[in-house]
Amino acid sequence: MRSLLDIADLTVEEIDELIAKAQDIIENPDKYAEKCRRRKLATLFYEPSTRTRLSFESAMLELGGSVIGFSEAQSSSASKGESVADTARVVSCFADIIAMRHPMEGAPRVAAMNASIPVINAGDGGHNHPTQTLTDLLTIKREKGRLDHMTVGCCGDLKFGRTVHSLLGAMSRYEGVDFVLISPEELRVPEHVRTDILNAGHVKYRETESLLEAMPELDVLYMTRVQRERFISEADYVRLKDTYILTPDKLDTAKADLSILHPLPRVNEISVAIDRDPRACYFRQVLNGKYIRMALIMKLLEVE
Amino acid sequence: MLIGTIVDGIVIDHIPAGRGMELYRYLELDKLDCEVALIKNAASCKRGKKDILKINEVIDLNFDLLGYIDPHITVNIIRNGERVEKRHPDLPDEIRGVIRCKNPRCITSCEQELEHIFKLTDREHRVYRCAYCDTRAK
Repeated sequence: MRSLLDIADLTVEEIDELIAKAQDIIENPDKYAEKCRRRKLATLFYEPSTRTRLSFESAMLELGGSVIGFSEAQSSSASKGESVADTARVVSCFADIIAMRHPMEGAPRVAAMNASIPVINAGDGGHNHPTQTLTDLLTIKREKGRLDHMTVGCCGDLKFGRTVHSLLGAMSRYEGVDFVLISPEELRVPEHVRTDILNAGHVKYRETESLLEAMPELDVLYMTRVQRERFISEADYVRLKDTYILTPDKLDTAKADLSILHPLPRVNEISVAIDRDPRACYFRQVLNGKYIRMALIMKLLEVE
Repeated sequence: MLIGTIVDGIVIDHIPAGRGMELYRYLELDKLDCEVALIKNAASCKRGKKDILKINEVIDLNFDLLGYIDPHITVNIIRNGERVEKRHPDLPDEIRGVIRCKNPRCITSCEQELEHIFKLTDREHRVYRCAYCDTRAK
């Protein structure tokens, strides 16, 4: 029995295998319609997340399985003080696999240490969100046809943005991927990402405060939201939230085949006018999230 | 300063100067009934100063903990007044229940009964990170 808590738990070969499986699901959905019949997914969401929860649930339903769970801590035994460990033990009696979102970092690992069924980390605070990274990788693979030899720009909140940290970790394992890290001084990637991922992996990267200056060289632009819930100080959030907004004029110097990704939800960091641009991939990215989660659920349940 | 000779016991030597009391607490030496001596700022050829702990009984030591404090620490086992063994603790791959995660967003900060676990992630730079949230140990 295996869980997925961190994208680093997967080898490059396993990621490639999941992506290949997701692509096969996209091409042959009927083949997979009954793969998880009589299996149950428990979605244990201790904080609201419409998109991720619905993505997991629709993934399991499209595999012929069923879904149980809760979508906020108030409607679970956590409100009575039950520990994550106990909840994981209890849910193991009812379901075949768990997808857990929790505001505290490391909570899904505690669940995995105590559950007798696989646990998928569906986001733990500002820490990890491996299925978002798998979604991003599938999207880049489908849009570019490859995951190597490209320049990836990450823009916005690179300090608290867990999706960026995971993407840097995952993409840096592919050959010839360069990064341009675009953020204000206050929201640059934290020290541990710099030392453990970028420096340790001898990754080629540069940092800039200018999105316009970086734009011409990018093959992929990964935009992020400056998230209110990651800031301890409200004043810092208000000061930085509108720092990087992508508007059509900023794309004048962009490559014709640029792929614009965003983990969503978007607030105002991408103008809605860009939605019509074929280079905007973020809604296709949401759909890819369902397919890669289908592939992951099958893998963890050892369904062929 | 005179401290009695140990007949059967342990001498923990080459403790970084100033960290002897910390080790005394971690090893819970205050709970022992035998004689225990902490020597602070003893002369050291290699480092100038060092701390030494002398325990007048052979006890089970947490070598992982000693290795975490400083892998240059040496442990001398004394039997019948003679040193019969000298050991150097290794840097442990994992430390349980010794140091606490300081990240207020870590699950260990709200679930008090969870054991604090740290993993060695960079042997060269002696970096330990929380097994739950990956925060670096200070």
